[in-house]
Amino acid sequence: MVENKKYVNKYNFAFIDEATKREIRRKLLKAVAIPGYQVPYSSPEMPISRGWGTGGLHVTLSVIGKKDVFKIIDQGSDASVNACNLREFVHMMTDVKTTFDTSEATLIQTRHRVTEEELKENQIYIYQVPQPEPLRGVERYENKTRQMHGEADYAKMWVSIYESFIRHGDIMLYAGYPVKVNNRYIMAPSPIPKWDIPNLNQSKALHLFGAGREKRLYAVPPYTTVEPLEFEDVKFHTEDFTGLECFKTGYKKAYLDELYFDDGTRHFVINDSNFLDKLMEHSPLKQHSNKYIDKIEA
Amino acid sequence: MNILEVNDLSKIFNLHILKNKKIEALKEISFTMKEGEIIGLTGKSGSGKSSLMKCIYRTYLASSGEIIYASQDGSIDMVKADDHRIIELRKTEINYCSQFLSVIPRVSAVDVVCENLFRIEKNKTRAREQAKEMLEQLGLPSDLWDAFPVTFSGGEQQRINVARAIIAGPRFLLIDEPTASLDARTKDIVIDMIVDLKRNGTSVLCISHDEYTLDRLVDRRIELQTGRITAVEMDGVEV
Amino acid sequence: MSRTDDNWLLRVRNLTKIYGEPNENTLNMTGPLFNSNICPETDAIVACADISFDLYPGEVLGIVGESGSGKSTVVRLLYFDMEKTAGSAFLKPYNSGLANILEESNQKKRFIRNHLMGMVYQNPRDGLNFRFSSGGNIAEKLIMAGNMNVGQIRGRASELLEKTEVPVQRMDDRPSSFSGGMQQRVQISKAIANNPPLLFLDEVTTGLDVSVQAKVLDLIRELQQDLGIAMIVVSHDLSVIRMLTDRTIVLKDGRIVESGLTDQILQDPQHEYSQLLVSSLL
Repeated sequence: MVENKKYVNKYNFAFIDEATKREIRRKLLKAVAIPGYQVPYSSPEMPISRGWGTGGLHVTLSVIGKKDVFKIIDQGSDASVNACNLREFVHMMTDVKTTFDTSEATLIQTRHRVTEEELKENQIYIYQVPQPEPLRGVERYENKTRQMHGEADYAKMWVSIYESFIRHGDIMLYAGYPVKVNNRYIMAPSPIPKWDIPNLNQSKALHLFGAGREKRLYAVPPYTTVEPLEFEDVKFHTEDFTGLECFKTGYKKAYLDELYFDDGTRHFVINDSNFLDKLMEHSPLKQHSNKYIDKIEA
Repeated sequence: MNILEVNDLSKIFNLHILKNKKIEALKEISFTMKEGEIIGLTGKSGSGKSSLMKCIYRTYLASSGEIIYASQDGSIDMVKADDHRIIELRKTEINYCSQFLSVIPRVSAVDVVCENLFRIEKNKTRAREQAKEMLEQLGLPSDLWDAFPVTFSGGEQQRINVARAIIAGPRFLLIDEPTASLDARTKDIVIDMIVDLKRNGTSVLCISHDEYTLDRLVDRRIELQTGRITAVEMDGVEV
Repeated sequence: MSRTDDNWLLRVRNLTKIYGEPNENTLNMTGPLFNSNICPETDAIVACADISFDLYPGEVLGIVGESGSGKSTVVRLLYFDMEKTAGSAFLKPYNSGLANILEESNQKKRFIRNHLMGMVYQNPRDGLNFRFSSGGNIAEKLIMAGNMNVGQIRGRASELLEKTEVPVQRMDDRPSSFSGGMQQRVQISKAIANNPPLLFLDEVTTGLDVSVQAKVLDLIRELQQDLGIAMIVVSHDLSVIRMLTDRTIVLKDGRIVESGLTDQILQDPQHEYSQLLVSSLL
C-alpha cells in the first residue's frame, strides 16, 4: 500500500498520540485491576463519530503493537461495513497484519458478538460498548449509579429482573444481559447475545470494553468469574435454537441468524462468519464449551 | 406491709394559656395503704378524688411530695420514676379504671376487655373466652360482645370498663366509680368481683359516691374536701 | 420488658440537624424561647437540636409538634435519609448498641436499614418505587436482606399483603393504580418485610380519608400488638398519638419542650406550648 507511507509520515503509529495512549493504558490497567469497574477516561476525538465504535478503537489503538495480528468483526461478520472500514483504518495507521482467522488473531475487536471459537491466553478481546452502565435502566442519575456500584447496592437491578419474570414468565432481557463480575460489580457485557454470556466466564483471554461516547473503560481479566444475574429458582438461559440448524452445515451448536430467501422460505445460518467458513472447509477448530452449549445435541 | 405511701402530696395546675392561672387541686395529702386493703375515696365532686387517683397513676404529674409504691421489685416514687418504669408497672401491676370508658375506636367489646389480658394470655382465643365469661357474668347481652362499645349505653360501657380493669387481676387497682349507672344486681356482681380480687391479694383504691357500694366493699374510707384530706377512718374509727 | 435501665432498643443523644452555616451562638439564640429556629446572626436553620431519648423494645413513642417543628427530621436522620449535624444514635441489635449508627459507612447503614428498621412515609412515593409492582417493592427489601428465591419472595410478599389487607391478587400491580390507603398498606408491608424491631411512621395517615385513616391506624395497632415492633410515630394529630403511643415527645422549634407518658401529656401538659397544642385538639 503506497498510501500508507503518506499516513505514516503524517500520523503517529496507531493514530493516537503517545501521551494519550499512555493515559488510556493507565486506565485499562486500573480496569483490569478492578474487574467490572467502569473507569472514566479521556475518549479523544477520532476520525469516526462517537457511537460508531470509538471506544473499541481507542482500546485497540492504545494496546496494538507492530507484531499483533488484528481481526475485527461486526455482529459475527468480518465483512460488514463497520468491520471493513475499521480494519482498513487500523491497518493504515499501524501496518499490522490483519486476518479473518479467529485463532490466528492476537487482537480481536468486536461489535456485539463473542466468537464461537474458543479464545486463548495470548488474545485480547475488545468490545465496542454503546451503554456501559448496566443500572441505567433502573436509575437514571449517574451520581446515584456510581454510588450504587460503590456500595454494591444492586437491589433495584434484581427487582427489575424479578418484575420482568412476574410480568412475562421469563427474564425478558436479551442482548447485553447483566452479569456479576468477580462476585462484585454488575457489568454490562455490551449487547452480545445471551448465547455469548457464559463464554466470558473463566475465559482464557483478556476482555477489554470501551465506551467512547460514554467515556468509560472496563475489563474482565483472564480466568475471572462472570455470572449472569439469576435467582435460585428463576434461571438465566441462552437463546433457544431447538429444532433449528445451519442450512449450510447442518450445525446446531452455534448462534444462528435467521434468513429469508427470495422465495419466502426461512433458513438459519451460523452468525460467526469465520466459524462458518472453517466448518465448511473442515478446518480444525475448538469451540467454546459451557453448560448451555454442552446440553445441545449435535 | 404498705403498698402505697403518699407523703405531703400537692398538685397545682399552672394554666399558661389562661395567663398563668393556677389551680390548686391537691394540698398536703398524706396517707398510707396496706397491701390487700380496699380504701374508699369519698368527697363531693371537685374535692380532688380523681386528681389524687390520676397523680398516683401518673396521668397527672404531682407538683410536690411523694407517692411511694411498693412494687414487686422494690419501692418506687411514682412522682419521679422514669416513664419507662411507669409504663412497665402499668402493664404488669397497676391498673386504672376511669369513670368513663375511654377506648380505642373500632375495637370490639371483647377485645377492649382483653386489652390487659393479651399481655399475659398469649392465646387470644382463650383470652377472649375468659372475657366473654366475665361479660356474661356482668350481664352484658352476648350480641354486644363483638360490637364497638363507643355506641353503648352508660351502663353497658361501665360493665366493659370494670371487666377490663379487673380481668387480668392487677396487683393494685385504682377504680373510679365502679358501680355508677349499674342496676342493683350488677352492682352486687361487680362488688363481689372486686372482693374476689382482694382475696387474691389485690389492693384497691376506689372512688365512690354510693353508700351501698362503700359499705359492702371498702375496708376504710378517706374523705377529701377541696383538695385536702378531712377524715381518715382507721380500723372503723374516724381519725 | 426487663427491669434494668439497660434494656433500651434505640438510644438517641443530642441529635442535631442544622442547615446553613451555624456559629457558636446559633444554638443559644434559637428554640422555643426565641420562638424561632432561624439563627439571627447567620440565618442557619436549626431543624432539630439536642434531641435525646431512649426507646424500649416494643414501645411506641409519639413525636408531636406543628409543621416545621422538626418531627420528621428526627426520624429521617435516624433512618439515614439525611446526614446529622451532630449527635449519636445507638441501636441494641447492631453491634450490641456500642456503635454510633449515624457514623457508620453507607453500606453498614443500608444493612441496618434493611434488617433492623422500617420506614413508612407520609407520601407513598417516598417509600415505594412506583415503577415496580407492589410485590416487587416488597421484594426489594427481601432481596436486600439476601433472599434470592423468587418463590420464597412471593410467598413472603403475599403473607405480608394478607396481613395488611391488600388483596393478594393485586400483588403484581403497580401501586400507582392503588388508592391512597392501599398504597400506605403496601408501604407498611414493605417496611415490616424483614421483621425489623423498629419502625418509623412519619405522618402516615395525613391526607387520607377519615375512614381509611382509621383502618390504617387499626392495622398499625394490630401489628404493634402482634409483632411487638417498637415504633416512633410522628404526627401533628393528637388523636393519632393518643391511639397509638405509650409515650410522647413534644417538639417546638426543633427542641423537645416536654416529654412524658401520653396520657399525662394529653391530660396534664406542663409546657405552655403543649397546653396550647392539647387545647387545640378538636
